[in-house]
Amino acid sequence: MLLQKEMIGAHFDRLERAPETGEKVVYTFVPGNLTELIRSFGALPLLPEINALQSGMRQKSRGYIAEAEKLGHSEDVCTYVKCDIGMAKTGNIGPTGTRLPKPDLLLLSYTGCYTFMKWFELLREEYDCPTVFLHVPYQGDGEITPEQREYMVRQLRDTVIPALEQVTGRRYDEDRFKEALRRSGRMEDDLVRVLQSAKRRPSPIDSYFGGVYYIGPIFSSFRGTPEGEEYYRTLREEVDERAALGWGPETPSGRLDRQKYRLVVEGPPNWTSFNDFWKMFSDEGACVVASTYTKVGGTYDLGFRHDAGDPLGTSADYCGGCYTNRNLPGRIDMLVDYVREYAADGFLINSVKSCNSFSAGQLLILREVEKRTGIPGGFIESDLVDPRYFSAANIKNRLESYLQMIDARKAGAAGEVHAK
Amino acid sequence: MNCFLGIDLGSTTTKAVLLAEDGSILGRGITNSRSNYDLAAKVARTEAYVTARFGLLRAEVVRAAGEPVLTHLLLAFRTEQTLRQLERLGVHLLEDLERAIPADRRAAVREAVEHILARLAAEEEAWFADPAREARSDFFRDVAASGYMRIAEQVSEAGGPSFDTLVGLFDKCILKVENEPMELGFQEHIPAALRRIGSPEAVALGVERATNAALEERNGVGTGYGRARLPFPKEQIRSEILCHGLGAHAMFPGTRTVLDIGGQDTKAIQVDGSGIVVSFQMNDRCAAGCGRYLGYIADEMNIGLHELGPLAQSSNRPARINSTCTVFAGAELRERLGLGEKREDILAGLHRAVILRAMSLLARSGGVQDEFTFTGGVAKNQAAVKALVRLIDENYGQRKLNISPESIYTGALGAAIFALRDVRPDVH
Repeated sequence: MLLQKEMIGAHFDRLERAPETGEKVVYTFVPGNLTELIRSFGALPLLPEINALQSGMRQKSRGYIAEAEKLGHSEDVCTYVKCDIGMAKTGNIGPTGTRLPKPDLLLLSYTGCYTFMKWFELLREEYDCPTVFLHVPYQGDGEITPEQREYMVRQLRDTVIPALEQVTGRRYDEDRFKEALRRSGRMEDDLVRVLQSAKRRPSPIDSYFGGVYYIGPIFSSFRGTPEGEEYYRTLREEVDERAALGWGPETPSGRLDRQKYRLVVEGPPNWTSFNDFWKMFSDEGACVVASTYTKVGGTYDLGFRHDAGDPLGTSADYCGGCYTNRNLPGRIDMLVDYVREYAADGFLINSVKSCNSFSAGQLLILREVEKRTGIPGGFIESDLVDPRYFSAANIKNRLESYLQMIDARKAGAAGEVHAK
Repeated sequence: MNCFLGIDLGSTTTKAVLLAEDGSILGRGITNSRSNYDLAAKVARTEAYVTARFGLLRAEVVRAAGEPVLTHLLLAFRTEQTLRQLERLGVHLLEDLERAIPADRRAAVREAVEHILARLAAEEEAWFADPAREARSDFFRDVAASGYMRIAEQVSEAGGPSFDTLVGLFDKCILKVENEPMELGFQEHIPAALRRIGSPEAVALGVERATNAALEERNGVGTGYGRARLPFPKEQIRSEILCHGLGAHAMFPGTRTVLDIGGQDTKAIQVDGSGIVVSFQMNDRCAAGCGRYLGYIADEMNIGLHELGPLAQSSNRPARINSTCTVFAGAELRERLGLGEKREDILAGLHRAVILRAMSLLARSGGVQDEFTFTGGVAKNQAAVKALVRLIDENYGQRKLNISPESIYTGALGAAIFALRDVRPDVH
């Protein structure tokens, strides 16, 4: 945790100094981020949705959202967008308290979320800077076809790389790019090992609330960097050690060794009441053993690794395979597999008001996963960073009801076995 | 006798159900919820024990003296309870006025308050004694308030202290009466109740047995909106969703889908053949379209809540109203009245809007299966039931609809069954 804080602090310091040092800044989003490529040009990535979620955690989002609404963005607009716009309009002070630089390039490399596109349109208006766009086809049929892959590779080669060359004034350096991709592959191995440690009993990690910290560096600016590689090695060692000691994760209710419920969670967390939300789980002895949110920046546990042997092809594969680019049957398969492989007692959907990429079809997912696993699902509703949509009493009520429902069913099943 | 208690601490009322070891219902109690949650739970519990003891003496008294004597005894008991509460109200009023009223007006206010209290007590005795008495609220707070206001108005019109002065005193003191511990139990008031009906020899034995029957509370489970505030350990607190599901199953064992529309939330619940919840949805982020919505509409139209349903049912052309936002609906109501639409048509439209919102929750929880049980305060409203039946028929086909006259106790009943099963897992 300390290591991560240092890394992020150093990155934001560098971003703040960028206008003086001349380092170029590329705004981009988490799903389908091309961090290795951006960094191979010596540019620094900056991720607006990470800033928005950080603003939510630091209780700044309410004011930023109000600011954006004053500018005419309606209540129904994604709150990440409004939070970011509001922040930009009130001094652009980032999550670590430093001023954020203006972008030299807006690189939209994941288009499955149309809000991302509109978001960058607004930022382009604001900053009047070059914009480049990698169109990633949606996995409507559950796979990326060779033609689609080729389509993405061509865009990378013909559009994205030239744009980066122009903005940074550097030539594309494939060796440097490949070196980063090799590091990415090793980081991904370590991350998967950490996430899969949750198959143990007790699980040494919480794969949702704790998980968002574990994915932080690799999903944001550090994939393929030496400090990123160091971070994941250290994390893997720490988690291995906890697993060997039989320790559960650290939670707001202390170390959770006694894990009464093993849950799979679908959907992003709420950020404005993150700790309270987590505590509702940990107070009840609920540990999340697998989550889909920790796959928005890459579905590494399904086998994908960045491959230095085919730098542009692997980048295309990566972009196409992000969780929100998967179709509904693909998402259902993942959840069903998680419930089985992680021996979960239940699965829960946190449906957020802001995000249609996640929320559309979630009830259908719920029913289908219930049918295929025979385990009842739970459903709670909140939002990403708008505190007005986090009703603590209501969410606690639903969560407790759901956990008690699991108990009642277990007791019922035990009774049936008894009777037979 | 071993018994098991379930308490449902709701936002408007607090309910208690007492079960015997075989799962049969011994007694039920209800009171209005108040700022002191512990006390609300205690009052409801005491009431459940009162009805349980009356249940115990019932057969004996009816056999020895006949049904009218039993009714007479029960009414006498209620009279004693009410007089006891009036007496406490009087003590507070007289104490308070000494502090709150300036010396020059104090004597006049004291005289007025004593007059109101005396009349109230007399009216209460008369009401309980009147075979043709009109139905009214079961809660002391409502009964005392309506009588006090009426008499205070007359007193002040006749040249007494101002109405505001008298009501100001009442408002403060009724809260004190509601939030102070008070003995309203069977043992405390049955002797006086017996004397009130002339201590007939024939009932003495039954009363004595019921008084001395050992009711041993083996376990209790709390549920409802305020459950976290109940004086129970965590293991004895259950979610109202589970309790409603189980309670509905106990009332109607064929139940598979439950809809509960309460004061501030709406729950759509699916249960299995044992009453265990398999899926549920409830209103989120706001309480639009819950029972309180209808309460607000009744206030806006200046009619009683119980008059809403009958009025709406007389409509032939329900208005199309989509908003379940309570405040918007109020505005829409006034606008449509201004345009000359009929009250009953608007009301029918409002009832439909409430039910449409519930339909969405039902759909999201997994639809409406057979049998379907409707609970909560809104289940008493015939216009809401009519709209519900029609929409279910249109969307899911015909379903058997269950509505119990005791549906308000559904959650408390479920809680009591959990309390019983925790100790006796073999009882179903």
